[in-house]
Amino acid sequence: MFSKILIANRGEIACRVIKTAREMGIATVAVYSDADREALHVKMADEAVHIGGSPASESYLLGDRILKACAETGAEAVHPGYGFLSENTRFAEACAKAGVTFIGPPPGAIADMGDKITSKKIAAEAGVSTVPGYMGLIADADEAVRIANEIGYPVMIKASAGGGGKGMRIAWDDEEAREGFERSKSEAASSFGDDRIFIEKFVTNPRHIEIQVLADGHGNAVYLGERECSIQRRNQKVIEEAPSPFLDEATRKAMGEQAVALAQAVDYQSAGTVEFIVDGDKNFYFLEMNTRLQVEHPVTELITGLDLVELMLRVAAGEKLPVTQADVKLNGWAIESRIYAEDPYRNFLPSTGRLTRYRPPAEMASGTEIVRNDTGVFEGGEISTFYDPMIAKLCSWAPDRIAAIDVMQKALDGFELEGIGHNVPFLQAVMSQARFRDGALTTGYIAEEFPDGFSGVEHDPESLRKLGAMALAAVHQRQRRAHTNADLPEMAVMVGDARWDYAVEEEAGKLTLFHDDHEPIILRTGWTPVDATMTAIVNDEEITARLSLTTSGARIRWRGADLAFKVVPVHIADLWHLMPVKAPPDLSKLLLCPMPGQVVRIDVAEGDVVEDGQVLAIVEAMKMENVLRAEKRARVASIKCEAGAILAVDEVIMEFEAP
Amino acid sequence: MQEIIKALEERRAGARLGGGQRRIDTQHGKGKLTARERIEVLLDPGSFEEYDMFKTHRTTEFGMGEQIVPGDGVVTGWGTIDGRLVYVFSQDFTVFGGSLSETHAEKICKIMDLAVQNGAPVIGLNDSGGARIQEGVASLGGYAEVFWRNVQASGAVPQISVIMGPCAGGAVYSPAMTDFIYMVRDTSYMFVTGPDVVKTVTNETVTHEELGGASTHTRVSSVADAAFDNDIETLLEVRRLFSYLPLSAREKPPAWPTVDVTDRAEPSLDTIIPPNANTPYDMHEVVRKIADEGEFLELQAEHARNILTGFVRLDGETVGVVANQPMVLAGCLDIDSSKKAARFIRFCDAFDIPILTFVDVPGFLPGTAQEYGGIIKHGAKLLFAYAEATVPKVTVITRKAYGGAYDVMASKHIRADVNYAWPSAEIAVMGAKGASEILYRSELGDPDKIARRTKDYEDRFANPFVAAERGFIDDVIMPHNTRRRVIGALRTLRNKRATTPIKKHDNIPL
Repeated sequence: MFSKILIANRGEIACRVIKTAREMGIATVAVYSDADREALHVKMADEAVHIGGSPASESYLLGDRILKACAETGAEAVHPGYGFLSENTRFAEACAKAGVTFIGPPPGAIADMGDKITSKKIAAEAGVSTVPGYMGLIADADEAVRIANEIGYPVMIKASAGGGGKGMRIAWDDEEAREGFERSKSEAASSFGDDRIFIEKFVTNPRHIEIQVLADGHGNAVYLGERECSIQRRNQKVIEEAPSPFLDEATRKAMGEQAVALAQAVDYQSAGTVEFIVDGDKNFYFLEMNTRLQVEHPVTELITGLDLVELMLRVAAGEKLPVTQADVKLNGWAIESRIYAEDPYRNFLPSTGRLTRYRPPAEMASGTEIVRNDTGVFEGGEISTFYDPMIAKLCSWAPDRIAAIDVMQKALDGFELEGIGHNVPFLQAVMSQARFRDGALTTGYIAEEFPDGFSGVEHDPESLRKLGAMALAAVHQRQRRAHTNADLPEMAVMVGDARWDYAVEEEAGKLTLFHDDHEPIILRTGWTPVDATMTAIVNDEEITARLSLTTSGARIRWRGADLAFKVVPVHIADLWHLMPVKAPPDLSKLLLCPMPGQVVRIDVAEGDVVEDGQVLAIVEAMKMENVLRAEKRARVASIKCEAGAILAVDEVIMEFEAP
Repeated sequence: MQEIIKALEERRAGARLGGGQRRIDTQHGKGKLTARERIEVLLDPGSFEEYDMFKTHRTTEFGMGEQIVPGDGVVTGWGTIDGRLVYVFSQDFTVFGGSLSETHAEKICKIMDLAVQNGAPVIGLNDSGGARIQEGVASLGGYAEVFWRNVQASGAVPQISVIMGPCAGGAVYSPAMTDFIYMVRDTSYMFVTGPDVVKTVTNETVTHEELGGASTHTRVSSVADAAFDNDIETLLEVRRLFSYLPLSAREKPPAWPTVDVTDRAEPSLDTIIPPNANTPYDMHEVVRKIADEGEFLELQAEHARNILTGFVRLDGETVGVVANQPMVLAGCLDIDSSKKAARFIRFCDAFDIPILTFVDVPGFLPGTAQEYGGIIKHGAKLLFAYAEATVPKVTVITRKAYGGAYDVMASKHIRADVNYAWPSAEIAVMGAKGASEILYRSELGDPDKIARRTKDYEDRFANPFVAAERGFIDDVIMPHNTRRRVIGALRTLRNKRATTPIKKHDNIPL
């Protein structure tokens, strides 16, 4: 085994690899860019080497810098993580040349699987099911119809040079195939100047299901079950789980064996993933093979009890796989939620900046639940614009799927994140949906369930009543502090159009809220005003919610909802209906320079549609850079100045119009 | 006897109705509460005791003899907020438009006199059309009686004004002389002369809201300290402000029990100063993270945003915070920020509230606008206010403390008691680049040389040690320990005594 390895990556995956290496007694070397000087992986590693500027192209993508760092520190092997150099044939070769072990597959396997056409060809030869289709030139519509019939409807007719849906048609019968071919051909000719067309099977209700494989240098290979990653937004995986709620044992075995066959066909070593697209009838077709450790590998680890990083290290060190296919047992259910720095309320616009608060739920493991959080950030750290916006991978495990969803839901309830926009409310919304809980997933899930984007979750009156009781409990503590001996007045809790009036009794850490029409609510909580999350037992139900006091009550964020509860004495509540309902402020159609200064940069162009919060321009004043952001969704109608311009206060930088 | 009691009940009921149900409905229709409803929201339930409910005006001119409403357009008395004594007047717009008569003024004066005598704050809820024109000079006299009392009470008891409707003409000068002004958005305005007069005299066309609405006074003029969406929210915010204030200059500010431990460390503050000195960060985060329970009551938040002023509690006790804000104008001092902070410091000093200052200041804002506007005298206000304040003063330099602005921002030399610096502090005459360009003017043509000179200057001065070697800084502290260290410093200063030379009063450069 190696005595020292270098991790050629950053963020959570670097931390993840360091953790296992440390457990195995292997010394670790981190590398970092300018932006990552204070990063967690640098702090965790035994040694750290600075390798260049903040953009990945000036640091994490520079193979020679990495190998130089290996030489300087005496690292014997490099773990590439995912992304960056992990699937770079030349880097794998350079490692070999430098006498450094690349902890991953041999360069040949990376090359074979890295090319879409070659990989499909090899897969087909290895007996892996691929999407039926015709790759050759199609002469005319009659031939197109004949091919379509061979493949079987529905089929997809695509321009060779196509992309973004242009020159693409779906045909369900001969007539549509004929017409689709003609139109795709002419569209392709006019759009791309290349009218070559090909036809393949159109997969309906597709699911993304992938098989984890593991192979050693001694000819052994196993598959570790599947992961379903159908919950995606714009091809970015958001929620993954293992096993898939869709597969039966026979399909799993068939997919697994084909995946292993493919791995063996390319002399694969290390961990790899064979991705399939699966249709509603459990037909599965090869998509591609990822020759690296996947982001979502923890769910496989949770159901197999194996440490994939450990196994990669052992294989790379020349050891035999310690497991055979018969040893691989899938136990329970695991789910992963990717916590992204993107704001779901603003059309998932990436959000960067300082994590003013980062308190993930406690990791724990018992016989019935596991909470695991893989992260590379810390409170006070920065989510920078240079790298991907993933903050953490929160994983749950339980004996069955519903229980695992519930564990995830609770863990998300207690995830404290401030300073940047994040997708926790969105993840919570998905976890609550009946369709998700039923396992009725397709890759179109998010587009189908949130056709108009995400605007928060509406909760039922009973939940609101309980959350309101929690708001009251928080306000009660504040009141107690002010009137230590006075009788507390009857209190009203209001949210939206709902109002509940309670007489409050306090006794030995227990609040009883008496209501004229309902059974009393009994609430216990250990919350104090220093806590940003309240866990309360409300009528025997445990609820954890983000809670902060406001002047007139409390703000509660829970399961995709952001609620402003008013909690005031009844005599004040009685007057509240007299208060005017204010229209949201009219946001100007102009971006004005907020201070005298120089325009450093303008980040948008005329005609761009900008989202609420998007960076528009940067103005420097007093040597300080000030970021100007959009206040609502709009289209940039015109830009009135250029970078470098010196502006006075309130000078117009750009004008907006309706998007 | 029974009859008298019955008559009393009837009179009370009559008085409570103010200007009558129709006018009450009109008031509600505007989204405004009545004078009495406002008092109910402001004070602890059942705590209000009214004075002069039966008082009436004495005018007979212009038919006023026929129009007598008991209470004469203002409700006065005392009550409690969180159990603490406060005197209140609340003008009743339903009675003669809340206009101020001689007797209306007498009612206000009565409770002001009691407040000063008994050491309790005064809260005025203003909703008045102005002077009772029918009374002429008697009404003007009434105003002046109130003004004189505002001045007598100033510094003796806290005075809070809440503008909840019109407040125009001479009437504005009573709130103007109180310590804090809160306004209600869209339903309140203040101006010396209204849009009609403005139009006649200057031919400017301007709406009530533009001329004197809440947004004008919280952003542009700085007349108001804060504004809120409606009557109830505004009054609840007044309760919150009240909870930080002492009842009078004779008493310490209230201490609130807290569960927030005094030695709470905040590791995230160790990374708040960005690696690049020209990158801003939000000073609010520093203030909230060191405050009890993260609570910061910010005043004048919308005006001169390059400096923060407001109250926090530390170990349960009220502390006034003044902090440069690098997010806005790099945190530099200018006319508006100097005036804003100076006035806040003087309030704290008057009422025995310790002052905590966070410093990240690159200097004074240059330019003709500032010089023509008198930055010299306005900047001097801030310097003066800090220097004359005898309350405990603790200063933490987080990053830049350059030039004269270093001296001004509660430096050791103007008698701050405890001065700390974070390791990121740079205490120098100016930034390294500017300094080397002046010192080595002859080398300006050679960027390499200048860069080297800049580096030398940085190495020498871009740290807290030069100041610490001289004792200008008492200690260099780790940012994560700031809360513990500041609370510790304030504890040592609890019994601070500072004497000033005998004088009638000082002469701050107004």
